[in-house]
Amino acid sequence: MIPAAFDYHRPKSMDEVIALLGEHGDDARVMAGGHSLIPMMKLRMAEVPHLIDLQDIENLAEITIEEGHISLGAMVTQHDLITHSKLALRAPILREAALQIADPQVRYMGTIGGNLANGDPGNDMPGVMQCLGARINLIGPDGARSVAARDYYEAAYMTDREDDEVLVSVDFQAPSGGYAYEKQKRKIGDYATAAAAVMITKSEGKIASASVAMTNLSDVPVWSEEAGAALVGTACDGAALEAAVAAMLGDIDPSEDNRGPVAFKRHVAGVILKRAITRAWGRA
Amino acid sequence: MNDMTPDREERSANLKGMGCSRKRVEDARFTQGKGNYVDDIKLPDMLHGDFVRSPYAHARVVSVNKEAALALPGVVAVLTAEDLAPLNLHWMPTLAGDKQMVLADGKVLFQGQEVAFVVASDRYVAADAVELVEVEYEELPVITDPFEALKSDVVLREDLEGQTEGAHGPRKHHNHIFTWEQGDEAGTNQVLDNAEVVAEETMYYHRTHPCPLETCGSVASMDKVNGKLTLWGTFQAPHVVRTVASLLSGIEEHNIRVVSPDIGGGFGNKVGVYPGYVCSIVASIVTGKPVKWVEDRMENLMSTAFARDYHMTGKISATKDGKITGLHCHVTADHGGFDACADPTKFPAGFMNICTGSYDIPVAYLAVDGVYTNKAPGGVSYRCSFRVTEAVYFIERMIEVLAIELDMDAAELRRINFIKKEQFPYTAALGWEYDSGDYHTAWDKALETVEYDALRKEQAERVEAFKRGETRKLMGVGLSFFTEIVGAGPVKNCDILGMGMFDSCEIRIHPTGSAIARLGTISQGQGHATTFAQILASEIGISADSITIEEGDTDTAPYGLGTYGSRSTPVAGAATAMAGRKIRAKAQMIAAYLLEVHDDDVEFDIDRFVVKGAPERFKTMKEIAYAAYNQAIPGIEPGLEAVSYYDPPNMTYPFGAYVCVMDIDVDTGVPEIRRFYALDDCGTRINPMIIEGQVHGGLTEALAVALGQEIAYDDLGNVKTGTLMDFFLPTAWEVPNYETDYTVTPSPHHPIGAKGVGESPHVGGVPCFSNAVQDAFRAFGLRHTNMPHDHWRIWQTANGLGLHD
Repeated sequence: MIPAAFDYHRPKSMDEVIALLGEHGDDARVMAGGHSLIPMMKLRMAEVPHLIDLQDIENLAEITIEEGHISLGAMVTQHDLITHSKLALRAPILREAALQIADPQVRYMGTIGGNLANGDPGNDMPGVMQCLGARINLIGPDGARSVAARDYYEAAYMTDREDDEVLVSVDFQAPSGGYAYEKQKRKIGDYATAAAAVMITKSEGKIASASVAMTNLSDVPVWSEEAGAALVGTACDGAALEAAVAAMLGDIDPSEDNRGPVAFKRHVAGVILKRAITRAWGRA
Repeated sequence: MNDMTPDREERSANLKGMGCSRKRVEDARFTQGKGNYVDDIKLPDMLHGDFVRSPYAHARVVSVNKEAALALPGVVAVLTAEDLAPLNLHWMPTLAGDKQMVLADGKVLFQGQEVAFVVASDRYVAADAVELVEVEYEELPVITDPFEALKSDVVLREDLEGQTEGAHGPRKHHNHIFTWEQGDEAGTNQVLDNAEVVAEETMYYHRTHPCPLETCGSVASMDKVNGKLTLWGTFQAPHVVRTVASLLSGIEEHNIRVVSPDIGGGFGNKVGVYPGYVCSIVASIVTGKPVKWVEDRMENLMSTAFARDYHMTGKISATKDGKITGLHCHVTADHGGFDACADPTKFPAGFMNICTGSYDIPVAYLAVDGVYTNKAPGGVSYRCSFRVTEAVYFIERMIEVLAIELDMDAAELRRINFIKKEQFPYTAALGWEYDSGDYHTAWDKALETVEYDALRKEQAERVEAFKRGETRKLMGVGLSFFTEIVGAGPVKNCDILGMGMFDSCEIRIHPTGSAIARLGTISQGQGHATTFAQILASEIGISADSITIEEGDTDTAPYGLGTYGSRSTPVAGAATAMAGRKIRAKAQMIAAYLLEVHDDDVEFDIDRFVVKGAPERFKTMKEIAYAAYNQAIPGIEPGLEAVSYYDPPNMTYPFGAYVCVMDIDVDTGVPEIRRFYALDDCGTRINPMIIEGQVHGGLTEALAVALGQEIAYDDLGNVKTGTLMDFFLPTAWEVPNYETDYTVTPSPHHPIGAKGVGESPHVGGVPCFSNAVQDAFRAFGLRHTNMPHDHWRIWQTANGLGLHD
């Protein structure tokens, strides 16, 4: 649990960050809260000769809510997501999800940017952002660009972000309707055995729109378009739930680990999704 | 004339003696981060050690190339078995009569085994250098299953090849260690063959780990000028470490000082001697500088002593109306690559022969086969006396299985088989003499408190509702009644490496009436500094607040066998009381002299001696202490000191009755603990608050073990649970509110009647949690399923019973 030697950089501006990334290439990694990267370095599973700490960069920890649009800076912590009252009002799924991440000590440090950028399939926010249809904003030597969260994840720890780019923020339309983030885990501090993010809008007693994303049931977060589609137009009855689960099960690909075998995970994924849909429907 | 004094009640309260919920004196420093643990020790010029460990579970070590590591600036030495061999320290004896490699001698037998010890000027340099040591391995076939080991041609311990006799008798196979038999085999078989009802079950008590918050470590400092070695370390038995260090190193014992500073939890993990200790000593001798070694969490989980790993097969017979007639138990014990179990020498399976439990079983037989595999060595008593958790789990599961076989209520089955109050002292079929007990009273109190009959009614209604599709949650009522055997132990049958398992206390009363007492034990969080002062306060009439308790420094403390197996109160606590009584006896003579009466004409009264029949004439202990130092008393030596070495006449047998009510989500496998009631009878209660804390801690570790905590291996011998992400250490979130209760049945042979309590809740808690899970499925045909009951295994049980169809 002793990391290899590394140089610690603490730039004051994003330009400096980009310059450092350009200079050191693969040898450099940016760090937000450090709650994934530092343990990996201590385990010597991540070799980071140049560690670039983002905490002195201005304006990276801002939460802006304007005209129904929400933007979260990369350095916004899970704790911020929980305690920001306006955000809790406009996008309560974030608070519900953040409360299920680890423990208060971790949430004081852990950030939305790190959670999204790391590409760990166990992280909760990628699924939530896919569910919300968010866009992930990157800055690199050639300027800024944005990628849909649903297109961002390629494989475990592999994302659309280039090595010389930095994830700076995520933004999305303030959601409406019912929401739920349902997560089964073995204990506090664990990743999900299965988790589901669900948003549902209701019109005339039927589901008008639905979005479903699953966490830690594949090597990437899984937005299941068909699961959402299976719900639309229904009154969220038993058959609709079964159809949504069946669609979701077609999209996930869990692997066996200490949390259990594949059959168990698939079963629990279905149970968790039904519970999430039911709760979201009840709130819609 | 004496001053006006407070009344008796007030004087008694001022003592803060036995029975008082005195706040822990240790907590001021622990809660302020002012503890002094091994890793807090920093000495001038101190070097740091770190291990190169084997990534393979079974491999030949072809070569070790140190060159690149030695070339790294700051690296002082890289030690291998070759370097230790000339000192004859490349192997070391284990507590179980086996030997263990300190550093890999030609091969490795488990993943994480110590291969080379890097010594550097800096902890970080040491870690870098570990990466630079090039070890060439040749992989060998891996055996992680003890049954396979007993059939395999693969010889794990080539050093023992051809040895058909082990430390505990004949070896049946090259991977077999010992067979330990207890009881009457023929008699038991005869009863089983002719019984009206026989229940059989096979169960696996999985491998887990004590996982104290502080990992193991040591700092060795060899002073070459005066020839004195000082060794600080995470030792539950510092004196034994001193003796072993002397025998191994050849340094005379008076030149070795072993210090256990504050210890952050032990639970059995810190009883044994580990390669890191030996290597830090050798490195200090070689370099002439202090050398620190502290393992990290992964090393702790992977290489320092595991617990359990018992494959148990039981047969229990009874009459049709439920009277138990016989018990048969066979254990295949997986000891890993070396037999490093921490048990008294004559007990290779510890006190597994307490497996007849709390029941009057006329005849029984136990056989244990120890086996080598490619797993880490250990087999320590994790928060229990030697293998008592295994024994109690075994019998408490067998009772449940028998209840199923008899179609009988498990609480009633227990009740009709309990040893009766009037049968104590009771000699069990496997030989132990239980000192005292009142099981029926405890059981009735427990069942009444939880309203047992109502719980069963609710459970039956729940089953019906489940069958009707109205709920997906089942309800389990977990029962356990346990009897422990703690306080090892009588020197006549208990020793560690030949050292009898007595314990000790030495008391000095200062002239102004305060005191220091030193013991041969060492607290790891038990609160000895608080409770032992309370015993003394009641014995010698000096306030606990005026008594310092000191442990853990072998230069000052009297010889003792340390703290584990709930032995501190039964043995050192007894020594404390006995030493206190010696103080009191001398104080009585001084008081009589001062009061100008005969010795027999004064009597002890809380904090003073009074003239019989004239309580206004007295001398307080404070006055007596002063007199002991400031005046010449004819026929009495100056000073007021005493020492006692206590060899207990018997073990003590704490017991308890636990009930757990659990709701289980059949679809997700998630258990919710609705209620946990724990009644403990630990004899005389010294500090009720500390007892309650001990019960909470032990129950929490029991919850952990029952519901998920394991050291799991894959087929290649890789540890799958090497970090706290996968190794379950419960937090406040996972833990229910515990209800604690008690009865008091003093030990008849202990000076103050105390029995020990630190481990009871773990011993009784594991089967209680497990029985709750299993009971939830009894109505659907479950007989037994193995722990740990984590989500997926509970789900699998439900799935296997067709509850997801």
